[in-house]
Amino acid sequence: MIKLIALVPLFPLIGFLINGFFGKKLSKSLSGIIASVSILASFVLSVLIFVELQGSAQKSHIIEAFSWINSGTLHIPFEFLVDPLSSLFLLIITGIGFLIHVYSIGYMHDDEGFSRFFTYLNLFVFFMLLLVLGNNYLIMFVGWEGVGLCSYLLIGFWFKNTAYNNAARKAFVMNRIGDLGFLLGIILIFVTFGSISFNEVFDKAGTVGTSVITAIALLLFIGAMGKSAQIPLYTWLPDAMAGPTPVSALIHAATMVTAGIYMVTRSNIFYSISDVASEVVAITGVVTALFAATIGLLQNDIKKILAYSTVSQLGLMFLGLGVGAYSSAVFHVTTHAFFKALLFLGAGSVIHAMGGEQDIRKMGGLSNHIKITFWTMFIGTIAISGIPPFSGFFSKDEILAHTYEHSPVLWFLGMVTSMLTVFYMCRMLFLTFYGKFRGTHEQEHHLHESPKSMTIPLMVLALLAAAGGLLGLPEFLHLPNWMHHNLESVIKRPDPMTMDHDKELILMGLAVLAAGTVWFFAHMMYRVNKVLPAAKEEQLKPWQKLIYNKYWVDEIYDAVIRKPLDFLSDIFYKFMDIAMIDGIVNGVGSAVKGVGSVVRLAQQGSIGFYVISMVLGVVFIVLLTFLIK
Amino acid sequence: MINGISINYYLLLSAVLFIIGAVGVMARRNSIIIFMCIELMLNAVNLLLVAFSTLHGDASGQVFVFFIMAVAAAEVAVGLAILSMIYRNVKSIDTDLLSNLKN
Repeated sequence: MIKLIALVPLFPLIGFLINGFFGKKLSKSLSGIIASVSILASFVLSVLIFVELQGSAQKSHIIEAFSWINSGTLHIPFEFLVDPLSSLFLLIITGIGFLIHVYSIGYMHDDEGFSRFFTYLNLFVFFMLLLVLGNNYLIMFVGWEGVGLCSYLLIGFWFKNTAYNNAARKAFVMNRIGDLGFLLGIILIFVTFGSISFNEVFDKAGTVGTSVITAIALLLFIGAMGKSAQIPLYTWLPDAMAGPTPVSALIHAATMVTAGIYMVTRSNIFYSISDVASEVVAITGVVTALFAATIGLLQNDIKKILAYSTVSQLGLMFLGLGVGAYSSAVFHVTTHAFFKALLFLGAGSVIHAMGGEQDIRKMGGLSNHIKITFWTMFIGTIAISGIPPFSGFFSKDEILAHTYEHSPVLWFLGMVTSMLTVFYMCRMLFLTFYGKFRGTHEQEHHLHESPKSMTIPLMVLALLAAAGGLLGLPEFLHLPNWMHHNLESVIKRPDPMTMDHDKELILMGLAVLAAGTVWFFAHMMYRVNKVLPAAKEEQLKPWQKLIYNKYWVDEIYDAVIRKPLDFLSDIFYKFMDIAMIDGIVNGVGSAVKGVGSVVRLAQQGSIGFYVISMVLGVVFIVLLTFLIK
Repeated sequence: MINGISINYYLLLSAVLFIIGAVGVMARRNSIIIFMCIELMLNAVNLLLVAFSTLHGDASGQVFVFFIMAVAAAEVAVGLAILSMIYRNVKSIDTDLLSNLKN
C-alpha cells in the first residue's frame, strides 16, 4: 500500500482537472460529488497506508516517483516520504478535507461559482498533500506556494467585491514575505549541506556550526510566520475570512495555516540544536497567542472571533515547538483541526441560518432554532476551552506543562491566553445562541436548520473534537500517549519531561480551575446579567477601542511600511523612470531625428552630387586605411 | 617584367584610365557618356587583373576578367534598355532631369 502513496495526491489532482475543464458542463450535484469522491478516495488510501505503517517495523519509507531535477551536481528526485508525521497529516488533510467538501455541497448550493469552488478546493488539497508528503524542501516549497495560491483564489472567491479582493491580495503579499525567508532558508540548507533531502540534511545537521543552523532555523521560521500567521505577519488571517466559510475552516483553520507547524516539526533537529532559534519561536508564539486572544475579546463578527482564536491557537502551537514539545504541538494541531473546523463550520451553519448575517450583536437565542448546530458548537467551545475530557484540554495541557518546565513566565502567559480563549469563546457562544433574538423580523422568520450535508459533517467533527484527546492521554497518569510514541522516530533529539508528577497534576488542576472560573464569569456576564456588546464604536471605553480596532496594527503597518514605500516609489517614478529612463530613450530618438533633419538637406536628387560624394567617401576611406597603417 | 615592360607602366595606365572614368562619371551629365566612363573604369580594372595574372603566372586573374566582361556585357544590355526608356519618357538623357523620385 505504501508504494501507492503517489495516488494520494493524484486523486484530488484528477478531481481538479475534471472540475476545472468540464465543471461548467457538469450539473452542480455531479461536480460536488466528483470533488468529494476524489478526496474520499485519498482518505481511504491514507487510512490504509496509515494502518500499514503502524503495523510495520520500518517507520520511514521513501518512495521515488521520478527523477525531477538533474543539473550538474544538483540532483533532486521527486520523492515521497511516508512516516508517522506525514501519515498523520495525511489523515487530517484528507479526513477533514472530505467532511468540508461534503459540507460545501450544502453550503455553496446556491452559488453560481459552484464548480469553480470545488476546482480550487481540490487543487488546494493536492498542494497540501504535496507539502506534507515531499521528501525534500523543494517539493515542500512547491506545495507551500501552491496552497498559498489556492488560499488567494479562495479568499477572493467572490471577486466582484473589491474588499474581498484586497483581502486576497493582502494574504498573498504577506505570505510572499514569509516565503522569501523560507526560500533563503532552503538555499542556505543547500549551500551548507549540498542536498535538500530531509534524510541527508538531518543526518549531517550535527556536523556543522551552530550559527549556521541558527540562521537556517530562523529563516525557515520566517516562512512559518507568514504561512501560520504569527506576529508580525498575522494580519492577513483575520482578513482572509472574506472567503466562503468552508474555506476558512479547511484552509485558514485546519490545514494550511498549520503548514508552518509541520515544517518546524519536520526540521526539529535544527531547532533542537539552536537554542536561540527555539527561544525566538517560543517567544513569538506566546506573544502572538496573547495578542490575538485579547483582540478576539471584543470582535463582533463571528468569523473574525474564530480567526483571532486561530491565530492565538497557532501561537500556542509555536510555543510548544519553541520549548521542544514537538509531539505536543502536533497533537494540538490535530485537536485544533477537529474543534476549529467544527467551530468554523458551525459558524457557517449559523450564517446560513441568518441569511448571511455575521454580526453576533444581531443574533441571539438561536439554540431553539438550530439545535444540531448549537450542540455541536457547544462541544467545540468546550473542547477549545480546555475542559476535560474534551480534546483541547489534553493537547493544551501538554504544551503548557512543557512550557512550565522550560520557563514559568512563558507558562503564565500561556495560561492567561487560554483563560482569554475561554472568555471570548463563551462570549461568542452565549451571544449567538442564548438570550433574545436581536435580528430583524424577516431573519427570525427565515431561521432554519441547515441541510443534512452540512449537519452530518458537524456531528462527525463534534465526535472527533470530543474524543480526540484519546490520541494523547497524559503519560504521567500511566495512560498510553499514542501521539508521543507515534512521533518518536520523527523527533531527532527528544526533550523528555523531568517534572515530578504531583507538580504536573497541580498544573493540570490549575488549568481546569482557571477555565472553569472564566466560564462561570462569562456565564454571569452574558447569561445572567445579559451584557450586550456596544452597538456603536463611540460607546466603547478608550482601552476597548484600542482592542476593538485591533491595536491599529493595520494602520501602523500602513503608516510605517506602505506610506514610506509609496513615497519612495513616487520619487523613483519621477526621477528614475520619467527623468532618467524615459529621458535617455526619448533623447536617443530626438537626437536621431535632429541629425536626420540636417542631413536630409543633402538628399537633393542630383546624381552628380551623389557620385561625387561617393567617390570622395571611397577616397577618404582608402586614405584613412593608409594613414592608420 | 612582362614582355619587357615594367609592371609600373601597367599600373600607371590602369590608374589613369580609372581616373578618367571616375572624373567622367562625376563631371558629365550625358547618360551615355557616363555609361561609357563606367565601362572605362571596368576595363581599367580588367587591365590590372590581366597584368598581375601574367606577372604571377596565375590564370585565375584572367578567368576573373572573363567573368567581368560577361557581366559588363549584360550590364550594357540592361543599361542601354533603361536609357532608351528614359529617353522615351523625358525626351532627354540628361541625368539632372531625373529627379522625379525626390519629394
